[in-house]
Amino acid sequence: MHDLTKTYDVLVAGGGNAALCAAITARQAGASVLLLEHAPRAFRGGNSRHTRNLRAMHSQPTDVLTEAYEEDEYWDDLRRVTGGITDESLARMTIRASSGVFGWMRDCGVRFQPSLTGTLNLSRTNAFFLGGGKALVNAYYLTAESLGVAIAYDSEVLAIELQDGAARSVNITYRGYPYTVQARCVIASSGGFQANLDWMRHYWGDAVDNFVIRGTPYNRGKVLKNLLDQGVAMVGDPTQFHAVALDARAPQFDGGITTRLDSVPFSVVVNQHGKRFYDEGEDVWPKRYAIWGRLIAQQPGQIAYSLFDAKALPLFMPSVYPAVKADSIGALAEKLGLAPTKVQETIAKYNAATGTGKFDNSQLDGCTTVGLDPPKTNWARAIDTGPFYGYPLRPGITFTYLGVRVNERAQVLMENGHPAGNLYASGEIMAGNILGRGYLAGFGMTIGTVFGRIAGQEAARHARN
Amino acid sequence: MHATEATTTLRREVEICNACRYCEGFCAVFPALELKREFGEADLSYLANLCHNCRGCYYACQYAPPHHWGINLPRSFAEVRAESYQDYAWPPSLAKLFQRNGTVVALALATGIALVLLLTMAIQAPGMIFAKRAVAPGEFYDVIPLWAMQIVAITTFGFSLVALGMSVRNFWLDAGSERKLTIGGVLYALHDIATLRNLGGGGHGCNDNSERFSMTRRRLHHAMAYGFLLCFAATCVGFIYHTFFGWAAPYEFFSAPVLLGTVGGIALIIGTVGLFAMKLVDDPMPAARKLLGGDVAMLVLLAAAAKTGLLLLLLRATSLMPIVLALHLGVILTLFVTLPYSKMVHGLYRGAALLRNALERDQAPLGSGGG
Repeated sequence: MHDLTKTYDVLVAGGGNAALCAAITARQAGASVLLLEHAPRAFRGGNSRHTRNLRAMHSQPTDVLTEAYEEDEYWDDLRRVTGGITDESLARMTIRASSGVFGWMRDCGVRFQPSLTGTLNLSRTNAFFLGGGKALVNAYYLTAESLGVAIAYDSEVLAIELQDGAARSVNITYRGYPYTVQARCVIASSGGFQANLDWMRHYWGDAVDNFVIRGTPYNRGKVLKNLLDQGVAMVGDPTQFHAVALDARAPQFDGGITTRLDSVPFSVVVNQHGKRFYDEGEDVWPKRYAIWGRLIAQQPGQIAYSLFDAKALPLFMPSVYPAVKADSIGALAEKLGLAPTKVQETIAKYNAATGTGKFDNSQLDGCTTVGLDPPKTNWARAIDTGPFYGYPLRPGITFTYLGVRVNERAQVLMENGHPAGNLYASGEIMAGNILGRGYLAGFGMTIGTVFGRIAGQEAARHARN
Repeated sequence: MHATEATTTLRREVEICNACRYCEGFCAVFPALELKREFGEADLSYLANLCHNCRGCYYACQYAPPHHWGINLPRSFAEVRAESYQDYAWPPSLAKLFQRNGTVVALALATGIALVLLLTMAIQAPGMIFAKRAVAPGEFYDVIPLWAMQIVAITTFGFSLVALGMSVRNFWLDAGSERKLTIGGVLYALHDIATLRNLGGGGHGCNDNSERFSMTRRRLHHAMAYGFLLCFAATCVGFIYHTFFGWAAPYEFFSAPVLLGTVGGIALIIGTVGLFAMKLVDDPMPAARKLLGGDVAMLVLLAAAAKTGLLLLLLRATSLMPIVLALHLGVILTLFVTLPYSKMVHGLYRGAALLRNALERDQAPLGSGGG
């Protein structure tokens, strides 16, 4: 049971993976802990409920990871995807710590599965949660409850009052009623701001109306904004987010994994004027899917259409909505609301440019177009076998990069470079320190787990001194 | 399998599951559905009967209610499963017995007990019923003649076996595998049936009524199923003793039929009472409310068979023996008669679905990865 009038040792703002790791660790270290989750119980867990795996360093095969994935290779992967927008010492610390989280996670009831399919062949680098992220979140909540962490759902943290670089009190609403809660230490684990469309509109204008938010609608960034307004140091480009190509028919929030489309490399993608705009076959899809959200966001109306024929249909995983189907390219264009003559012209030009090499969907096959701009450099096969199919695509936002600056003890840093006395952060609200750009599958969960545990440990120690 | 509202609902759900695949570590259902892109009624029937109702997928689902997609596979599978029992029932005219199955089985039980009691009264001289008894060979047949037992048992059980056989044939023709039977496949399926591997949520147990994992349901089901088999073995041994050796029941306590029946009966009671108790504290969300009656009726019937059997063992040397014998045989008669028209059929269809799964387990899922 939670008691909002009590002064807890540690107050955790948030209810996803990072918040739970922090809360459980702090409680295990002897602190009294209050965890405030904005969502109702059914939707608890933030974006963690849509995750599936955690990227972990290891030097030999384990029961859930194959081969080896050493620190330097992990670091190289991170440096490559971020283009250097990272903090090497924090990153390497996180990478090293990732090899040691499994025992603790298992003790908390988290279950892993041997990797099977639909997983981007990540079984070497990533450990998969049995049943996915919601099952992981369930296990952590059960553990937190049994340890005596006080948990309040429907509790939105509005403001953490800072005075002289220390958190004094926390303003929240609990089931719609305002409260001011006292705590000796505060851990901010309340995620990014991608679900706050008004904030996004600030940078992107009315284009945000055409964005789909893949995850929870509860990541409003209130704590993040509140801290940045009070002189906390900022990391990450506020205008940037990670986005993938989603089915345009996806719900505005919480569609999760099922609305993403893998058809792009085996299709031709046109914008609403029926024109191609990027090489669909540039690389294997696992290495390219993360750029397509941004590509579509830059097209007029933030929409695009993936067009393919019957030959390509069995080559990729199905998504939740059926493809739009027609007997001719013209009829398909009409069904998708595109100008048939424009699309027919684009496909005819594309088909005329194909014909080299031997198609092989299992690798970069070098089947490229000749004399086409932009080219399609792999899997360029004529679209000529009916029925024809199309998916409308929109940018689907996974997370934002803006965050609060932290040190290796998960302490939040003020603009003057000093750590706030009793304020810590873990998870997406500080992930931008390490992943300032790009995307590395399962790395968000790694950062959340590692920093959650550090924040919990440090906060408990500070509170009990 | 006919298209109904339940199959339409289930089709929408498994199409979403096929685009997600987070649950593929839980059981055989998910790898099996990943082999398909489109799901006909027969495919849905196969998947529904392959589902062991462990509920791991419900509690792990990011799209479970109150999410607007409202994915609730355990309930949707259960509803299609129930409809499949009707669809495959033989003769088709008796398929209606699966509607309000709880009431049907309960009425059958009452009728079975009353009938055997009345017939016993009718063929016994007044006063014989409550006469003093000793445990002596042939004693039971003084109360109910052997020929009566045999005729009734052979006709009812024989009919039920034929009906079950025809039903599972209907299932296999509609939703079975097109592949050839292999010894490896049969052994794989038998292993799955014997261990209830798929009731283990990937080795971690079921979600009985919450996010918590537990082996309780699997163990209770084992107690019930193996208890039932031991009781059946006791009956078979008794039959062999009588037919081939001329040894008439009742047998001594330390004889094979009595020991098998006693151990089996106790296990059956533990299993059925335990599973019934679990229904009392069930989470109503993933459960299919309209199937509760038939489920509970079968648990009650099995428990009654075990309890009256053990009671007969306890009281066989007393004057209450004839009444208890009639009671026990009334329950057994009901079990035989309702066999093809009760929850008992689930084992058969589940077994057939596991066989198809075993025969097709080497196929690769459609589509490659996505993030």
